[in-house]
Amino acid sequence: MDYRNILTVCPYCGAGCGLYLQVLDGEIVGVLPAKEHPVSEGKLCIKGWNAAAFVHHPDRLTTPLIREGNAFREASWDEALGLVAEQLLHIRDTYGPDALGFLVSAKCTNEENYLAQKLARAVFKTNNVDHCARL
Amino acid sequence: MAGLAAAFGSGAMTNSTPEFSQYTRCFLITGSNTTEAHPLVASHVLKAKERGAKVVVIDPREVQIGRLADLYLRPRPGTDVAWLNGLMYVIVTEELADQEFIEKRTEGFEEMWRVVQQYPPERVEEITGIPADDLRAAARMYAQNKPAAILYAMGITQHTTGVDNVKSIANLAMLTGNLGIPGGGVNPLRGQNNVQGACDMGGLPNVYPAYQPVTSPEAKAKFEAAWGVEGLSDRIGLTVVEMVNAAGEGRLRGLFVMGENPMLSDPDIQHARECLERLEFLVVQDIFLTETAQLAHVVLPGASFAEKDGTFTATDRRIQRVRKAVEPPGQAKADWEILCELAKRLTQHAIRNTQWDYPSPAEIMSEIARVAPSYGGVTYERLDREGSLQWPVPSVDHPGTPYLHKEKFTRGLGRFHAIEFQEAAELPDEEYPFILTTGRMMFQFHTGTMTRRSPKLEQEAPEPYVEMNPEDAARIGLDGTRRVRVVSRRGAIEVAVRLTERIRPGVVFIPFHYAEAAANVLTHAALDPVAKIPEYKVCAVRVEPVGEK
Repeated sequence: MDYRNILTVCPYCGAGCGLYLQVLDGEIVGVLPAKEHPVSEGKLCIKGWNAAAFVHHPDRLTTPLIREGNAFREASWDEALGLVAEQLLHIRDTYGPDALGFLVSAKCTNEENYLAQKLARAVFKTNNVDHCARL
Repeated sequence: MAGLAAAFGSGAMTNSTPEFSQYTRCFLITGSNTTEAHPLVASHVLKAKERGAKVVVIDPREVQIGRLADLYLRPRPGTDVAWLNGLMYVIVTEELADQEFIEKRTEGFEEMWRVVQQYPPERVEEITGIPADDLRAAARMYAQNKPAAILYAMGITQHTTGVDNVKSIANLAMLTGNLGIPGGGVNPLRGQNNVQGACDMGGLPNVYPAYQPVTSPEAKAKFEAAWGVEGLSDRIGLTVVEMVNAAGEGRLRGLFVMGENPMLSDPDIQHARECLERLEFLVVQDIFLTETAQLAHVVLPGASFAEKDGTFTATDRRIQRVRKAVEPPGQAKADWEILCELAKRLTQHAIRNTQWDYPSPAEIMSEIARVAPSYGGVTYERLDREGSLQWPVPSVDHPGTPYLHKEKFTRGLGRFHAIEFQEAAELPDEEYPFILTTGRMMFQFHTGTMTRRSPKLEQEAPEPYVEMNPEDAARIGLDGTRRVRVVSRRGAIEVAVRLTERIRPGVVFIPFHYAEAAANVLTHAALDPVAKIPEYKVCAVRVEPVGEK
């Protein structure tokens, strides 16, 4: 039996509350507030207490999907990323870089947002980069 | 954020959440349902109230914190500039302004005063419906209890006049010298865990990381050197709503979406769907098959916050570590890994390209620290040791910055703006007699992708609804009807009706979390001309009873 408490940050609003994920044998079994955290001071709201409830949900995507007609079929990473690369390059080469757009994410990490805008700007040479800050 | 950047030179929350309980003596809360949308920020406000701090809430809905306030004012939606000018009129005419601060640290006061002097409380009452004496009382409470903090959220920004609203708020804080001091400030509460970070990282069409403009030749040269490329674009790109429209017009052909759900969060959903369906290629990287992912050509399974390492930046510019607790399900991967693998495929012909070799997110942060001056001193080692760092943190020996604009604004002098009141883009009329305003509630979050799959949260609030004043219900002959159709010029939805005095007559409220009756079917895509924020908080609708009583 392997039990650990992992200190992290709540994924909901922008308050940035600290919380521990209770992990038992590779599965999250609960959430604990972080007593020493300067914002949340050992408290959580109902969303925070349920912060991990969706993580092991059966609806989670577990494999890349490629559209065929009106349905999706499962695909390997190699095939899916190959298709994405080919299509994005095709659009850039046919219509120009500004025919592409990239929506980055207020839910992803700083590192991921940094890479996503770097991909748009350095690889495709477009500034069509935005996210839902205004929405 | 555009409004704050124009006034101060930096578009972020000026102060820190923990300062509210420690220092603040008066809160002015507007367009923020703080206790429901940011409960642990609200807990600092309530702690301050226990030691005697004053709370003024100005909101068209009597949100929960409005009931706890010392003063609650209920304006007609879309009239924020008018009551903000009114507060300043009272503060100046009753000599409650901070003259020394205005003289030493700001510019543009005279110009602003020429406009503001046309907003005496009686005129403001006519525009907003706020009784003149209540406005005077609020102005005195805010100006006489320093430090005073203004807290606001999307209720202020999601208007065609959103940037004007924010500039007016900045005016009010400068007028009373409530900037550059702990416990004061202008504090936009960001609604998403990492919306601040996504902006900081250059997830915007006009700036590189740390708000370095794409139009600046120096910034362009800097990033070309850092990224080992040539020919970065110096044209400002498209915003989300503009991208969706460009897709509809065939100007945008391909869209890469990472962890966003514009199908449910964009204004005028039917229009958004038609536009996105015209794309030649749509890639969606997400953890669930969202409404947007269902339209995609390729869907890539990403990792949730619990399955990867990284950092989030909270609303008070607080950079904190996110830590991997469990493996992603099946073949799903951390989003940063997916991006690196894709980028390597796209650049494989480039010789000795090491640009996309990051052993772990810590090395990505090292690169961020090199190119983003405000993150210059951020390392994982420091975050592990110190818990959090508030930017700007320009070097490894800098402690971080709990509050901005101490002694000097980012832009030098703070700038007052003269702002005239303008009506919302769509006002009620005979055919659509109600103002619809949208927002969040306690148990659900944004488009519901996560909360609606969390049994305890979904159980608390499984069903969409519209809030309506009982007077209005009687007037349109609801007479006990439980369900209504809400109709705008864009579409119609059917929802349960909740009668409550918390909303003023003439206004209805719908939370926007529910795909089955999405409030954004009704909302108006009119944008603020500068920030390009849609006007979610005001549109015209009519309400009709449906079915049995």
